[in-house]
Amino acid sequence: MGRFVARRLLQMIPVFLGTTALIFFMVHLLPGDPLAALWGDKAPDPVQLAALRHQQHFDEPLIQQYLDYMGGLFTGDFGKALDGRPVLDKITEALPVTVQLALLAFGFEIVLGIGIGLFAGLRRGKVFDKSALVFTLLLISIPVPVLGFLFQTIFGINLKWVKPTVQDSTDITQLVLPAIVLGSLSLAYVARLTRTSIAENIKADYVRTAVAKGLPRRRVIGTHLLRNSLIPVVTFLGTDLGALMGGAIVTEGIFNVQGVGHALYQAINMKEGATVSGFVAFLVIVYLAAGLIVDLLYAVLDPRIRYA
Amino acid sequence: MPDLTKTAEETPAQAPVAAAAKPEKARSLGSDAWHDLRRKPIFVISALLILLLIVIAVAPGLFTSVDPRAGDLREHFHTPPNYSHFFEGDWFGYDGQGRSIYARVIYGARASVVVGICVTVGTTILGGIFGMLAGYFGGWIDTIISRVTDIFFGIPLLLGSLVILNAFTSRTIWSVVFALITLGWTQMTRVMRGSVITVKQADFVTAAKALGAGTGRIMFKHILPNAIAPVIVVATISLGGYIALEATLSFLGIGLQDPTISWGIDINSAQKLIRTAPFALFFPAGMLSITVLAFIMLGDAVRDALDPKLR
Amino acid sequence: MTTVIENDSQKSGRLEVGTPLLEVKDLHVEFHTRDGVAKAVNGVNYSVAAGETLAVLGESGSGKSVTAQTIMGILDMPPGKVTQGEILYRGQDMLKMSNEERRKIRGRKIAMIFQDALSALNPVLSVGYQLGEMFRVHQGVSKAEAKAKAIELMDRVRIPAAKERVNDYPHQFSGGMRQRIMIAMALSLQPDLIIADEPTTALDVTVQAQVMDLLAELQAEYNMGLILITHDLGVVADVADKIAVMYAGRIVETAPVHELYANPAHPYTKGLLRSIPRLDQKGQELYAIKGLPPNLLKVPAGCAFNPRCDVATDLCRTEIPALHHVTDKDGKELTGRRSACHLWKETLHG
Repeated sequence: MGRFVARRLLQMIPVFLGTTALIFFMVHLLPGDPLAALWGDKAPDPVQLAALRHQQHFDEPLIQQYLDYMGGLFTGDFGKALDGRPVLDKITEALPVTVQLALLAFGFEIVLGIGIGLFAGLRRGKVFDKSALVFTLLLISIPVPVLGFLFQTIFGINLKWVKPTVQDSTDITQLVLPAIVLGSLSLAYVARLTRTSIAENIKADYVRTAVAKGLPRRRVIGTHLLRNSLIPVVTFLGTDLGALMGGAIVTEGIFNVQGVGHALYQAINMKEGATVSGFVAFLVIVYLAAGLIVDLLYAVLDPRIRYA
Repeated sequence: MPDLTKTAEETPAQAPVAAAAKPEKARSLGSDAWHDLRRKPIFVISALLILLLIVIAVAPGLFTSVDPRAGDLREHFHTPPNYSHFFEGDWFGYDGQGRSIYARVIYGARASVVVGICVTVGTTILGGIFGMLAGYFGGWIDTIISRVTDIFFGIPLLLGSLVILNAFTSRTIWSVVFALITLGWTQMTRVMRGSVITVKQADFVTAAKALGAGTGRIMFKHILPNAIAPVIVVATISLGGYIALEATLSFLGIGLQDPTISWGIDINSAQKLIRTAPFALFFPAGMLSITVLAFIMLGDAVRDALDPKLR
Repeated sequence: MTTVIENDSQKSGRLEVGTPLLEVKDLHVEFHTRDGVAKAVNGVNYSVAAGETLAVLGESGSGKSVTAQTIMGILDMPPGKVTQGEILYRGQDMLKMSNEERRKIRGRKIAMIFQDALSALNPVLSVGYQLGEMFRVHQGVSKAEAKAKAIELMDRVRIPAAKERVNDYPHQFSGGMRQRIMIAMALSLQPDLIIADEPTTALDVTVQAQVMDLLAELQAEYNMGLILITHDLGVVADVADKIAVMYAGRIVETAPVHELYANPAHPYTKGLLRSIPRLDQKGQELYAIKGLPPNLLKVPAGCAFNPRCDVATDLCRTEIPALHHVTDKDGKELTGRRSACHLWKETLHG
């Protein structure tokens, strides 16, 4: 296991360097000037533009900028917003709320997604399975903004079960509805993946062995079938964190949750390019770290990976 | 000990059903899939829906004579739907700028369909080529392509698109297509690479090599037709996803911009008045969902038909 | 799982050698597929006594494995369906038992060894866990005790360094060692009967003999009944007491093992024996039965073997032969010998 972790960490270094470099070059080398965009269609004021360029170090040689940027990433400096505040401040301010929201959504999609997938897979072709397929198909088809407004209208405005928008982002009970919206798309994928995996594995020889051993049905399913079937689901959950972070931008915007996504949403609307790329760089690092954790979890679940 | 009872053609012990079903195998996977698809109501419904959407996207003028960009604030500010005037523009009501929602929903189809199809075709071609090269040649070519894929894969699609689109001062359909292809090709590359590696090990490829077939011939005549099925499945399913993503980006204000008409933009501008004029949100959102649904259903049907494992 | 099944005391008493432990009576199994109904088993009868080895011989699709799976209660239903027959374990029809009653027989009284140990063992659980699970579930022992028993079992089937390897995973063992683990698992609760479905087919030739010897040795030691399902005549010769040859879901010949080898009473058996390569016929072309096993969706009319048979007559093409008692040249009945061939006399004596 130790060797596996070490190898995995080593493999992550080039990916980390490459990914962060990619973000840097997407910001700096693509045509168009993110600062000039601040003026919209009007011609930018040259004096102000020059001052901004200086503040954002755009007037330095590209290689110098890159080194500064990389140095910043390692020391936790994600650049400065246009108002001069470090982007990291904005991130740490909003992070606890988003972590809560994401964990709620993650828990929601795992518990419900795996549950639905398990029962559908065990009863393949029956009524529950077919309803689950239709239900997940609908969830996948409704884009997150639409789903957000739909739930907001139904549960917030018509039924008045919850407030349509979040008043206090630190109150976790108010985060439940946004979390459901955030997790719903992934819930559908988790459910479908679990279902397929269960339906495939239920025919596996080792499940037949478990039955032939005279194990109770609950043990055959819980210990033998489910554990093996969850391996692809865990892989999906790793890449899914990226979608969750993207979705948080939309969900937090709709429900007025004061988290990282909301701050990013505002930065986009204010055309604050530096803040946007700082946030994205941070989120990508979180994403890579989460991917690593998932890989380790994968190795715990599947010894064939561990000893490969 | 040798297999004493085996006749020449016998395969290892299998369930009798499998042995019994064998003579049916003569049909090719492709024609078999098509045979299956035509009988599936889900496939027929989604294909018809998509056909209709494409017609709307190509010739929106057939469905409405109203200008989707012309607004009359005095007459029509948030006028609710009037169901007595079909096709006149009143059908879905008017938005906050007095523009016909019906006309905007019709004209908005083009952006969604173009982005969806272009991104899917682009990622499939790009990913197909890289995946084929990596899978077929292996070695250092595979190493380079796989590492670059890993790097691009490390950036979530929506987040990366934010950064790329942020660099464009004015954004058109093509900037969105560019951003999504730039970040989306990795998935296809991985699918294609895996598929090619599997097929490459098949005996008929070895046989073709032994018979002296050239690299190009082996790649296109022998491997490509046998490796393409999973790529088609992933492509069809992701098409709906790209349409949803375009709408999400436009909704966030970083995708398409006025004067391009996009359901995402309209959803965004309707959200402020969700209580007073919910219809302004409902119709573009509904059309968007139906469109995505149609493509996802098509993808599901194609997967069921092409994936022999699930049959 | 410490509860003992009610009539355990009467069941667990060791039977005398020769008393039937398991009897399959007139078993019919069908598969419902998209293309129609496949009759996989059509009226199979056989029995096994304690300490006895019955070899069931046949090609794939002959119904030998389906019969075994039906006995074990692990047949996939649907598409499989038992339409007729009885499976008597110590006189009780298992097909009429509740799921819970059957579960308590599985693993504890009747155990099974599968063909491919790599796929039959759970890839993500250690072999020690999978062996110990038998004791934990059926006897309710502690985790530590189960592990100790697992090591003991691994020693018993002669896996070197059992103590060090108990926490290893199936893919870390060689094919022969994995099959030994399967055998250990089947033997763990000292069942009355073991069903071994092609236990050596997936193994190297040199390892096959070792595994077979181990199985035979343990069977004799515990006085277990053994149903050995195989398509390999060579495996059968050394260990079996009697043989049932199956073709297209029916038993076509039964006989004590050496009599069958010396003098088959069915053209199919004869063909099988002729297709064994022999050293004294070096240089001659190897015999193979012509044609293919029948499609179970459209089994030929009459004797299912008739299209492949060299001696088939019009009678064979119209009437399904019964499983006749077989007599010697003087008309004396040969015990334990039967043949489902209209022409058994010509085949046996001619």
